[in-house]
Amino acid sequence: MNKIFGRCYSLKEIKHSYCPGCGHGIIHRLVAEVIDELDIREKTIGIAPVGCAVFAYYYWNFDVTEASHGRPPAVATGIKRCLPDKVVFTYQGDGDLAAIGTAEIIHAANRGENITTIFVNNATYGMTGGQMAPTTILGQKTATTPFGRDAKREGHPIRVCELLSSLDGACYLERVSVSNPKNVLKAKKAIKKAFENQLNNRGFSLVEVLSQCPTDWQMTPVESVKWVDEVLSKTFPLGVVKSQIKEHE
Amino acid sequence: MKSNKILMKGNIAVCEGAIAAGCDAYFGYPITPQNEIPAYMSKKMVELKRVFIQSESELAAINMVFGAAACGKRAMTSSSSPGISLKQEGISYLCGAELPCVIVNVQRGGPGLGNISGSQGDYFQSTKGGGHGDYRLIVLAPYSVKEMYDLTYLAFDLADKYRNPALILSDGIVGQMMEPVEINTDIRDKRLEIKKDWALGGCKGREPRLIRSLIMEEGGLEKHNWHLKEKYDEIKKNETRCETELVDDAEIAIVAFGISARICKSAVKKLRQQNVKVGLVRPVTLWPFPEKIISDISKKVKKFLVVEMNLGQMVEDVRLSVNGACPVEFLGKPGGGIFNEEEIIQKVKDIL
Ligand SMILES: Cc1ncc(C[n+]2csc(CCOP(=O)(O)OP(=O)(O)O)c2C)c(N)n1
Ligand code: SF4
Repeated sequence: MNKIFGRCYSLKEIKHSYCPGCGHGIIHRLVAEVIDELDIREKTIGIAPVGCAVFAYYYWNFDVTEASHGRPPAVATGIKRCLPDKVVFTYQGDGDLAAIGTAEIIHAANRGENITTIFVNNATYGMTGGQMAPTTILGQKTATTPFGRDAKREGHPIRVCELLSSLDGACYLERVSVSNPKNVLKAKKAIKKAFENQLNNRGFSLVEVLSQCPTDWQMTPVESVKWVDEVLSKTFPLGVVKSQIKEHE
Repeated sequence: MKSNKILMKGNIAVCEGAIAAGCDAYFGYPITPQNEIPAYMSKKMVELKRVFIQSESELAAINMVFGAAACGKRAMTSSSSPGISLKQEGISYLCGAELPCVIVNVQRGGPGLGNISGSQGDYFQSTKGGGHGDYRLIVLAPYSVKEMYDLTYLAFDLADKYRNPALILSDGIVGQMMEPVEINTDIRDKRLEIKKDWALGGCKGREPRLIRSLIMEEGGLEKHNWHLKEKYDEIKKNETRCETELVDDAEIAIVAFGISARICKSAVKKLRQQNVKVGLVRPVTLWPFPEKIISDISKKVKKFLVVEMNLGQMVEDVRLSVNGACPVEFLGKPGGGIFNEEEIIQKVKDIL
């Protein structure tokens, strides 16, 4: 009998610690599948963030390091510049990338660092208990926006792909989600593209993944995926925001 | 031995020392008085096909160092006091993850933006932490342009040997002054080659590797901290460096490091001509601190005089080492001011 589905080699056989219904587990799996399919496991170096994905390095079955809060793009720059023929990617949450690490991601993208960034946007700080993130949408209640995010008080949600799209060094920016099987497949395609770009020396690629955090949103897993589709993706429209990859390439 | 005598600035000597030591990657951000370092490296490193990046901030620079060090490369960054403050988080992570690298601090006056003249106000920050957690840096304090070269070279070896960051604690005066330096052109052959069987680089043909400072397993972090302590003890045992001059018959021993020691050296010379029995103790490593040497001398001299360009920082370590055996006097100059010999000579006479 042909085996058509199984654990991917780039993920270790370890139970992960994410909450039921969390998007991180799916996104880890997609990254691992892509790494397997591109056969790059043995030359990949991943950078795990702080935040809920901090233990990603227990789950991935390739070389991994950590970075302090917000600094994965700088760590990735150091690695990739020293080892240009390895595949280097960062995995970052929205608190990590769009708050404390805004400078690092903008400048890594602007330098056109030939790296890949997986940016998990769950509209909240997951690990520290559901506080407001730069991506928290207007009206959304969090641990630190108990009255709902108010633009006058807390400013507006930051759209990272759009923000980065003006930078000449950014080659590919796409927003996807993992809220339903169709979107998951699209997300995988985008992640694959982002890694292929690196293999083809095209510069900086980022895939923003809208991801559910049922725990901190105080929803059931089913409600949370519905919320991604019906509410979150209104503020963060899915699709390619920038692609400088010429068709014939 | 092939050698070459060249007139150069302290900051350039740091670059040449690093290049000779095989520095693979330099990451930095401009701040006075160390701007010659990134400028010089931007040319030399690129010509040598090594890595140079002018980062967007000190935070980015130290984290780029983290990345380069994690793949086993010899990495360096340089800055001056306010910039070093920003690097502290990264330095703590580097220590936690046991990554070797070289950090250069060409100190300026502080606190805050302070001024841009040479100071020794960062002694506490360098030797007592500065970042969070239990850690130590190997701290080397050059007092000449030649030592800017030699100690930077040495710093790479020590960092690799112990998997620990090493810090060059210099200052604006040593950074800016010019002196002839003998450069050993065959020095590269003597580079310490250490197998880095922990470095990342893709897991081809081996098990995946992990570099981290987060240790959440029950008791794991305590164990890691004890392991670090053992390493620090080993560094203390092997790497304490200190220069003494005329201490055998001295009644007063001056303790000073870096540029202060340079000035004290000529004060000692003049005092000796006047038959004042004074000697000099110059810690070259500020951590590990030459506790034993100072403790031994404390049994022979009447008094110590600690001279530093701050409000009194190293004097605390001297007092701990002396442990009450004799009085310890202090002469300080904070805020980027520099001593002249006369001030030191006068102080010695006052306390005689
Ligand atoms: C310098 C620093 N500040 C704060 C923290 C605490 N902290 C840990 S995770 C986190 C939020 C992470 O949120 P996000 O990046 O959105 O990831 P998520 O947990 O949602 O996956 C914060 C603030 C830290 N580790 N370091
Ligand atoms: S808190 Fe949210 S992001 Fe974190 S594991 Fe739970 S569901 Fe996932």
